[in-house]
Amino acid sequence: MGNRIALTGNEAVALAMKQIAPDVVAAYPITPQTEIVQIFSQFVADGDVDTEFVTVESEHSAMSAAVGASAAGARSMTATSSNGLELMFEIVNIASSLRLPIVMPIVNRTISGPINIHCDHSDVMAIRDSGWILLFGENAQNAYDNLLMANRIAEHQDVMLPVAVNLDGFIISHAVENIDIVANEDVRDFVGDYYPEKYLLDEEHPLTMGPVDLQDFLFEHKRQQIETLKIVPQIVQEISDEFAELTGRQYEFFEKYKLDDAEIAIVAIGSTAGTTKAAIDNLRERGLKVGLLSIRLYRPFPADAIVKALSHVKAIGVMDRSESYSNTGGPLFSDIRAAMYDAGETAKIINIIYGLGGRDITVKDLENVIGRVKEVQDSNQIAEKVIYYGVRE
Amino acid sequence: MGTPIKKPGWMEIPIGGRIEEAGNAHKYHVGGWRIRRPVWVKENCIHCLFCWVSCPDSAVEVHDGKMHGFDYNHCKGCGICAQECPTKDKAIEMEPEDIENQFDN
Repeated sequence: MGNRIALTGNEAVALAMKQIAPDVVAAYPITPQTEIVQIFSQFVADGDVDTEFVTVESEHSAMSAAVGASAAGARSMTATSSNGLELMFEIVNIASSLRLPIVMPIVNRTISGPINIHCDHSDVMAIRDSGWILLFGENAQNAYDNLLMANRIAEHQDVMLPVAVNLDGFIISHAVENIDIVANEDVRDFVGDYYPEKYLLDEEHPLTMGPVDLQDFLFEHKRQQIETLKIVPQIVQEISDEFAELTGRQYEFFEKYKLDDAEIAIVAIGSTAGTTKAAIDNLRERGLKVGLLSIRLYRPFPADAIVKALSHVKAIGVMDRSESYSNTGGPLFSDIRAAMYDAGETAKIINIIYGLGGRDITVKDLENVIGRVKEVQDSNQIAEKVIYYGVRE
Repeated sequence: MGTPIKKPGWMEIPIGGRIEEAGNAHKYHVGGWRIRRPVWVKENCIHCLFCWVSCPDSAVEVHDGKMHGFDYNHCKGCGICAQECPTKDKAIEMEPEDIENQFDN
């Protein structure tokens, strides 16, 4: 039996970690992730969980310890934000390349500089191409649920790749919400124990991990990662369906909100999806046929399913909470446009860069944004491909 | 020259660059990286084995507790052995690597 309790996003994540009870957690505190580490370390100190908690001197060491523990055969986790993620960047890539199923909540915060502790997605977008599986959610419930599914996805014998569970800094991490908690025994049954097929501490079967891998073999190992990521969406869905049987909460690659009969669509990632739903409700009352596609699985990118879900709309506004500094818009915009191009879809697509450094975006703002996409639909022309919404001129 | 061995494809090898055995570094020859080679001056050697202790690549060969020369397949020519050699007249001298030398002996 589960129950419903009020928790912040960070408290929900720490609780999920306690319920998962990984063998090893190695983490370093950074705002706005700090509470996760603080609360979880308290669980360890109180004997509520028998995880080996490794206090490290930096995020580079946190991910290194997670890699070492995972290679040894332990279920290992860490958590970070912002510059902490950038400091572990080197080892983030090693974790995926060595096929270690580490799980890491990322509490999304802008990367310096100038220094700023608030939410945008520039931290996680910097590891977009690192071979990790990236999950997102719009609220603390999603973060909690995604985390309970993350180990199953990462450790699946056909996957063996690390998973990052993203939640918006402060907006999700520090806001209190009522959350449906899964009972401890149900989490234990669902997540199960971790029995890696190959691991360093298996003295019966000696193994070398991370050897030099030069011109004659590295490309083959990269191809293995690529081919594995092609089947990851199917496995994510299978595990999500199993989670739905347990909890009644059904997750897909993305959530569609009033999208099926929509003429214009907003595509968003993270907490802004929730704000967008409120704006859509208001505008629907005024007769505007607008819907939302909220990305949950961002890497690997479920392009075909997204194209199918957007194939009937005439204009799309893609919300990016980070820049790619390419002069062609944000990362999600590039992904959506590339997917739509391949499918021969002709919907007009614009990009809205918003909320950098935690700048607030309200329901009214989203109504304005949807208004801009409506202008594109009405004129069938793109006057401004990339809109920087909410920045002072 | 025999027929070149066809290397296995991505579906045929363990994931993540794993090698499913231990102690395989010995099979990988790195002597070709060397630009200076240590040369053992046998008559000056007191067999203290400081070189053997110091060598980061286990490339000092010791038989029956006595220095026996170098494993040039694994010596990268770092020169630590020559630096650590304590004898007045050095028992290890670093000499420029001759491009004509056969590295894999």
